Amino acid sequence: MKINERYYPLLATLAVLALLYGYGIVEHRAFSDTYVLGALLTDNAFLIITAVGMTFVILSGGIDLSVGSMIAFVGVLMAELVTGFGMHPLVAVVISIAVGTLFGAFMGVIIAKFDIQPFIITLAGMFFLRGMCFLINLDSVPIDHPFVADFSGFKIPLPGRGWISAAALLMLITVIGGVIIAHYTRFGRNVYAIGGDRQSAELLGIPVQGTIIRVYTLSGFFSALAGVVFAFYTASAYPLAAVGVELDAIAAVVIGGTLLTGGMGFVVGTFFGGIIMGVIQTLIAFDGSLNSWWTKIMIGALLFGFIVLQRLITRSFSGMRAGAG
Amino acid sequence: MSEKTQSVLSVRGAGKFFPGVKALQDVDFDLRSGEIHALLGENGAGKSTLIKVITGVHPRDAGTVLLDGQEIHPNHPGDAQALGISTVYQEVNLVPTLSVAENLMLERQTLKFGFISWKKTESDAKAALETLGLDIDVNRPLGSYSVAIQQLVAIARAVALDARVLILDEPTASLDAEEIRTLFRIMNELRAKGLGIVFVTHFLDQVYAITDRITVLRNGRLVGTFVTKELAQIDLINHMLGRELAEVSSHRHQDESNFTGKGRQIQIKNLGKKRVLEPVTLDLSGGEIVGLAGLLGSGRTELSELIFGAKKADSGLVFLDGEPVMLRSPRHAIRSGFGLCPEDRKQDGIVAELSVRENIMLALQGRRGWLRPIARAEQQKTADEMIKALGIATPDSEKPVGQLSGGNQQKVILARWLVSKPIFLILDEPTRGIDVGAHADIIKLIKELCDEGLALLVASSELEEIVAFADRVAVMRDRQKVSELTGAEITQDKIIEAIAR
Repeated sequence: MKINERYYPLLATLAVLALLYGYGIVEHRAFSDTYVLGALLTDNAFLIITAVGMTFVILSGGIDLSVGSMIAFVGVLMAELVTGFGMHPLVAVVISIAVGTLFGAFMGVIIAKFDIQPFIITLAGMFFLRGMCFLINLDSVPIDHPFVADFSGFKIPLPGRGWISAAALLMLITVIGGVIIAHYTRFGRNVYAIGGDRQSAELLGIPVQGTIIRVYTLSGFFSALAGVVFAFYTASAYPLAAVGVELDAIAAVVIGGTLLTGGMGFVVGTFFGGIIMGVIQTLIAFDGSLNSWWTKIMIGALLFGFIVLQRLITRSFSGMRAGAG
Repeated sequence: MSEKTQSVLSVRGAGKFFPGVKALQDVDFDLRSGEIHALLGENGAGKSTLIKVITGVHPRDAGTVLLDGQEIHPNHPGDAQALGISTVYQEVNLVPTLSVAENLMLERQTLKFGFISWKKTESDAKAALETLGLDIDVNRPLGSYSVAIQQLVAIARAVALDARVLILDEPTASLDAEEIRTLFRIMNELRAKGLGIVFVTHFLDQVYAITDRITVLRNGRLVGTFVTKELAQIDLINHMLGRELAEVSSHRHQDESNFTGKGRQIQIKNLGKKRVLEPVTLDLSGGEIVGLAGLLGSGRTELSELIFGAKKADSGLVFLDGEPVMLRSPRHAIRSGFGLCPEDRKQDGIVAELSVRENIMLALQGRRGWLRPIARAEQQKTADEMIKALGIATPDSEKPVGQLSGGNQQKVILARWLVSKPIFLILDEPTRGIDVGAHADIIKLIKELCDEGLALLVASSELEEIVAFADRVAVMRDRQKVSELTGAEITQDKIIEAIAR
């Protein structure tokens, strides 16, 4: 049976992941240990959670540049709530996520109602949130609370030396949730339709504005959640944390096979995309002789490859529009 | 009286006004169930506006729309769909990146516990396609199928919505003969099931092949509703073009020897493009005006674009004084001294944000190449001369063109070509959408241009206009040149006869 062309980018992502992981196992014996896998899942948890939200945004044909600042802002806000106001971290988590989600919804309303480029609105959001961090706190502060210690102490052992941390578990749940929203709800399918052809989606009777607002709300929620995970993971908050994470998240989405112009892609691909970026980082750390900036070089090269691949796959689709005109 | 009760959709006194334009005025339209009803008219006649008013894309400004005798007020196409009025547009309005099944079932997927059940959704999609006799893999992306199949999928979606009324807006524009037969078979089946089908097209043979009744619109007004079998094609064309039986207008050159030998010779030999235009051969010489007549979609615009290189021809050549001309792009055509004033000046002609002066200088600058800029003083002088010569109504040469009226915009485009001193100028619908005064000015200008030794090809759907100024008329029909009239043969009757075959 012929493989559906929609799966080509995802298959390419899986092939790259298998290649890199296989190379790691061949070159370094320790790479096959589940310890590496567990560390990959934990270290990239906040990035992948952010990228799941970003996947919806990119699928809808938009972009969200505010997610990195959101992670830092949520961390600083939580630290203030816990250490400044003496709240229980769980209460702080709920408040922080609510604030982040509302901010995402706010940006979504502006983008949808005033029909403004998401790039510029979320760029404004990025500056605004980063500035707000410094308004609350200028320095790095530790988040000291028994609950935070418990969070980082939580471990599900894997065969071998590895384990799955609470952050990794949250991330896996997020990915599964993302897959379900994307593929098994009308909202998810409408996001694909809008990204594929917004004008047609409108004529097909899809509530375009409402869907776009919900997309940015979802991205706000996921990036705030990533901020919580990041704060617990580092047990501290710093206004300059997670600078450039928005770009890493976009890279993870694209390497995961989602079309940068929207309409095609898979949330599970984003998961693999994030893991690929982690594997590259780990490989370079294992090698020891290479500068860590090689990570960026490798990711850049991969991005080039994937964008060209996407173009080749979508070219057959773009022919249709020209033919109809 | 029993006919009245069969009316599934009826529009009474519909009106739609845009700033400065009455797009639709006092239009009545009746659709019975179990009929295919053609909606005809030239560009700008109000067909699309009427459809948009019915489907709720535009709120109506006057009149009523009744579905089964109940007044309806759809706010957007989704509302109209829910009421049973489905529309299939010319450019397939589905999502190419989604699968066929998803396109069919979008917003109508079967839910189980709030989540989509893909199994059921896919089998529903398959069933919907089977009613149209279409057996394709519903999991492949829609964009990987031909436009014809996409069109059928769009119809399947429209029909699956328990539609009472199906509006097909130029569905055959990009289909080949075989695909059109399939579409007609499906339309016949749907008619037999009692659907009311509105069929918008500009192919008259298709109108006679399949429709029961015809409604003709012109300039946003109703011309009339006719039974197809009782309306001769020549009368239909008369209705569409709106000839008020005015008698033979005199034309410019009665003696044909007047213009031969003077000026440059332009020969168009077998110029054509697959699916767009059958090869056309046409000769022009300097000082001559050749009219290009034909209905909308007959290939008028396509011929202009092929000559100008805006579309690439797959066959044929254009010769200037016996030398072949490179027509790879408009830039090459401009360098050879060709010019084109396009039909849709908002989209293809003017640059609305640039000033009158900048717009006028565009073609000349393009011809010289961007590395040799034209001095500002020289630009100013040329622009002022043109504004005066053509009577462009603008306070000064720095006003953005977008703020001028339609007629003045058209004059700016003409000025643009005049300063570049073209050898051959193509005007596509030069008088569309402009007021009467500017209309007369532009026709006068066309004649003057010609006297200066320019070769002119003017495409127009206004026959009176063509008869008034053309030395020769090439008549287009079904994307080919069907006839060429010269001298005393140029009358509105003769042209209509040629169009109607």
